[in-house]
Amino acid sequence: MSETAVVARRLSVGYGSRAVLSGVEAFLKPGGSTALVGSNGSGKSTLLKTLAGLLPVVEGGLEILGRPVGESSQRVAYLSQFHQSGFVLPLRAIDVVRMGRFDQRSRFARRSRADDVIVSESMELLKVLELADRPLRDLSGGQQQRVYLAQVLARRSDLLLLDEPTAGLDAPGRAAYIDALNFERSRGAAIVTATHDVGEASMCDRVLLLAGRVIADGPPNVVMTPENLLETFGIGLTKVGDQLVVTEHHHDH
Amino acid sequence: MGNFVDPFLHNGFMQRALFAGILVSLTCAIVGTYVVLRGMAFIGDALAHGVLPGVAGAIILGLPAMLGAAVGAAVMVGGVGFITARSKLSNDTAIGLLFIGLLALGVVLVSSSNKLTGDLESILFGQFLGVANTDLLAQALALLVVLVVSVFSARPFLLLCFDGDLTRAMGYKAQWYHRLMLLLIAGTVVVSFQTVGSLLVFGMLLAPAGVGALLAKRIGTMMMWAAVIGIVSTYLGLLASYHFSWAAGASVVLTAVAIFFVVLTGVSLKKSVQGVRA
Repeated sequence: MSETAVVARRLSVGYGSRAVLSGVEAFLKPGGSTALVGSNGSGKSTLLKTLAGLLPVVEGGLEILGRPVGESSQRVAYLSQFHQSGFVLPLRAIDVVRMGRFDQRSRFARRSRADDVIVSESMELLKVLELADRPLRDLSGGQQQRVYLAQVLARRSDLLLLDEPTAGLDAPGRAAYIDALNFERSRGAAIVTATHDVGEASMCDRVLLLAGRVIADGPPNVVMTPENLLETFGIGLTKVGDQLVVTEHHHDH
Repeated sequence: MGNFVDPFLHNGFMQRALFAGILVSLTCAIVGTYVVLRGMAFIGDALAHGVLPGVAGAIILGLPAMLGAAVGAAVMVGGVGFITARSKLSNDTAIGLLFIGLLALGVVLVSSSNKLTGDLESILFGQFLGVANTDLLAQALALLVVLVVSVFSARPFLLLCFDGDLTRAMGYKAQWYHRLMLLLIAGTVVVSFQTVGSLLVFGMLLAPAGVGALLAKRIGTMMMWAAVIGIVSTYLGLLASYHFSWAAGASVVLTAVAIFFVVLTGVSLKKSVQGVRA
């Protein structure tokens, strides 16, 4: 992949003509990673949905993998924050991961040997291969999340858009997720994650602190200062290791 | 053994009823699976009731009942789209409004016309034992269309059941496939109402697919279970209707719903036993 993964210029995102986040300037190279950090309603999921082509751009310019947004869907993987019907749907874990390959072959083409290998590798990376034949609805929330992440990996995309990817994951699940992320970056995929998890954000090359606008943008150790975090979350916070510790209550931005 | 087979061997109307029931069961197994998985039971119910004024109007005007049913279904689907596009009302509210509005219109039409006195029962509960060859042909054609569309749209339909956002993110036209699914439900209701009736076709969409959802680990298996349960219900229901003079359509649907509750009880008991052992 030679083209830039994401280029956003004076981008506003939102619903209809109402912007919930404005002034986004972004430039993401292949193999790069960006974390979108902010409180609920800050616009991080809306930005991710816009990058995925699920919401129209309110204002500004946006290119994904060198083309207008929405035109590279085959090369983009999106992990939604919420899934509609995991408990009702009669699907095995492996069926869910295989869905990630649906648009990678023509409509009536059967699953190839290469598809099967990619699906197995993705499940192995997320440590869910042993759950392959289990019904999705019988898995715990954390196991389901790892299956969804394996589906994202199975797309072998050039751009991964992940909304709260570590939600519900235990320590081994997080370790598997980090391995998977390193694997994706090593093969040149760019990654954008929306997260509350400061530890996860610290692993990215770049962090965007969001609160309806971009509060700060840069490397994590430069951006995540107590002042910026206060402005982002509305309460005094400081980063201690991988954790945010509350230092003072403050509700006015 | 004779009591179980003879009614179908010696009566042409029973053979046609069984054949029609099998066709309805296969069509409803495929479409009903998507209705259950996507939680579209309410729109299915509304469509089943919404065809009433269309059918009543067609009979008054001397037009084919199926044409009237198609118009009723189109008004229902188009009306839901119209209300949700022009207001902030939820889909459920739009469906409910049209459901009750069309049903009321149907009752008004029926009560204001002498032509419909004898037809109301057959509209609502079908004419299982009076199925004509043209009805069988229409039902077979409907099954073929449903099969072709389901195979052609298998991947986007499965994705839609799983996650609408994912469907769109993967480049499929989710809204287009949603409408196609609605069209399949409407078509199934329109074609099947002559056999099982506009009220009871909904039961054939839901009960066998509901059993499939309880038993299956995969969607294909769910459809197969739904087809088997639908066909078994048709056979047992028609048999009961023949021997006890029960209404045929109602007997078939009642059997399907009874099987659902038997399977549900069995599955719940199995889970309880497994829980105690664990």
